[in-house]
Amino acid sequence: MNSYVKKALRSPSFMILLCLAIVLILIPVFAPQLAPHDPLETNYAASMVEHSAEYPMGTDQIGRCILSRLIWGGRTSLLIVFWVVAIVAVVGILLGVVAGFAGGWVDMLITRVNDIVVAIPSTVFVIALVSVLGPSLRNTVLAMSLVGWTEYCRVSRALVLSVRENNYVDMARMGGLSEAQVIKRVILPNVFPYLLVNITQDIGANLLTLSGLSLLGLSSQPPTPEWGFMLSEGRKFITAAPWLIIWPGSVIVLHVVIFNLLGDSLRDILDPRWEKKERKWRKMRKWQTNA
Amino acid sequence: MKKYIEGRALFVIPIMLVLSFFTFALTYLSPSDPIALRYERMGAVPDQELLEAEREAAGLNDPFLVQYWNWLRNVLRGDLGKSYFYGTSVWSEMTRRIPNTLTLTGATLLLTVLFATPLGILSAVKQGTWVDGLIRFISFFGVSMPSFWVGTLLMYAFGVKLKLLPILGSGDLQHLVLPAVTLAFWMVSLYVRRVRGSMLEEMNKDYLTGALAQGMSRRRVILKQILPNSLLSVITMFAMSIGSLLGGATIVETIFEWKGVGKMAVEAISVRDYPIIQGYVLWMAIIYVTVNLVVDLSYHYLDPRIRLGGRR
Repeated sequence: MNSYVKKALRSPSFMILLCLAIVLILIPVFAPQLAPHDPLETNYAASMVEHSAEYPMGTDQIGRCILSRLIWGGRTSLLIVFWVVAIVAVVGILLGVVAGFAGGWVDMLITRVNDIVVAIPSTVFVIALVSVLGPSLRNTVLAMSLVGWTEYCRVSRALVLSVRENNYVDMARMGGLSEAQVIKRVILPNVFPYLLVNITQDIGANLLTLSGLSLLGLSSQPPTPEWGFMLSEGRKFITAAPWLIIWPGSVIVLHVVIFNLLGDSLRDILDPRWEKKERKWRKMRKWQTNA
Repeated sequence: MKKYIEGRALFVIPIMLVLSFFTFALTYLSPSDPIALRYERMGAVPDQELLEAEREAAGLNDPFLVQYWNWLRNVLRGDLGKSYFYGTSVWSEMTRRIPNTLTLTGATLLLTVLFATPLGILSAVKQGTWVDGLIRFISFFGVSMPSFWVGTLLMYAFGVKLKLLPILGSGDLQHLVLPAVTLAFWMVSLYVRRVRGSMLEEMNKDYLTGALAQGMSRRRVILKQILPNSLLSVITMFAMSIGSLLGGATIVETIFEWKGVGKMAVEAISVRDYPIIQGYVLWMAIIYVTVNLVVDLSYHYLDPRIRLGGRR
């Protein structure tokens, strides 16, 4: 693990991207200090302003400051996405490690469930779940998590199977470690670095999924600012005020690009050879969700 | 091979059962009443007795498992049931929507193949030059943009500003352009990257040096040796994309008001139209099986190693 950190410190592109990503995360954290206006404050005298000294990115149909709404909106958008990624990573890795380690009927059951979830078109599945459960922050996270874990499960299962073959796992067992200890001390540290790349790039992919859900009115409820929802509201005023969709869209793209690039450079650091095998499979699933 | 196909087809039966049961359970759990929703849409306020009678007639008062069993029995007889919402048969609604989705999918795939293959090859062959850099830069943004944002921007540029194309609706060629381009932009970006990646992987292999040493021209090696081999690894992914497009590009269909199956599914979900939703699930299962089968068959014909393995 330490050698990875050293390698990371020596890679300028990784460090720059990491700093950018941290800045992107800190902006919504310090929203109260950074936002020039209250994101909910309306100003009918200045509605649909393109840009002015007071409103650098203009205002929307009821005179709310777009810049402030974007800064505050990051709280909702990024919070949902980080929750989803955290949940799917933990659940997926756990299931994958258990499946790979236990084998037998446990493995078969988990793999079968995995196959079935993969077979369902994820966009429609998420939409169905959210509309049945009712749109709310918690339900959105829940629905997106239910379809997102398969990737981690599959990759970590495959990694565990390949790690298991190595002698040092047998050595550890012979040395007196219990199964749980073997998983915790020997297998997880080996598997985790590889999944870190997946986690980083999942942030971008989930932002795209979330913006699609918001379009259909299935994520946060108004007036809470959220990027995807701002986009879908802005569509109604596309002829009169195109900046209503240009800014929120650019913000989403910026986040997706930064996190994807961060994932790319992270992968280069962790293992250049890994690209060939795993990346192909990961990409295959991930990008099916944007349609 | 025949045995293999049979095995594949058999595997879909448990998947179908689980999926249909699951969707049925999901819609059953939802609180709203489809019959009341239908009257609401017509603007009528029915009395309680009429609602009750209609619910009874639609079998909505039966216990869950009975409802599921009745539905399953009818499907096996070839009867998908009647939509609660439209009042028409699910079959006629599906046959109205599927051609639209097929058209959109076809157009998107055509654009993808036409652009992604040459651009991917170009990018790989010119690796490290500005051409490669430009292609990679654009395609990186292509996969990072929300598709409905791209769609809306295209709508604004070509529909509102230049007034070249109609913005909403479905049917004719003019209406097809914007949604197809929106989807294709993202698909092309994705596949340019894939084609480039697998071409480069192939180019590093030893047989290339061998072929060049034997005096084959570079162009010939690229077109006859590298391209077929590298496309092989793209095929699985491409088939999955086709599957997901056939399942309905929900978001793009929604913003362009394109009346395809994806939009139908979302609408049906929002009004709890169980029969339509179940019809959609059936359609998805058919796609899933077909796509998987086509992938396996294409591997069988394109990769001699697998073909020989199958004969043994």
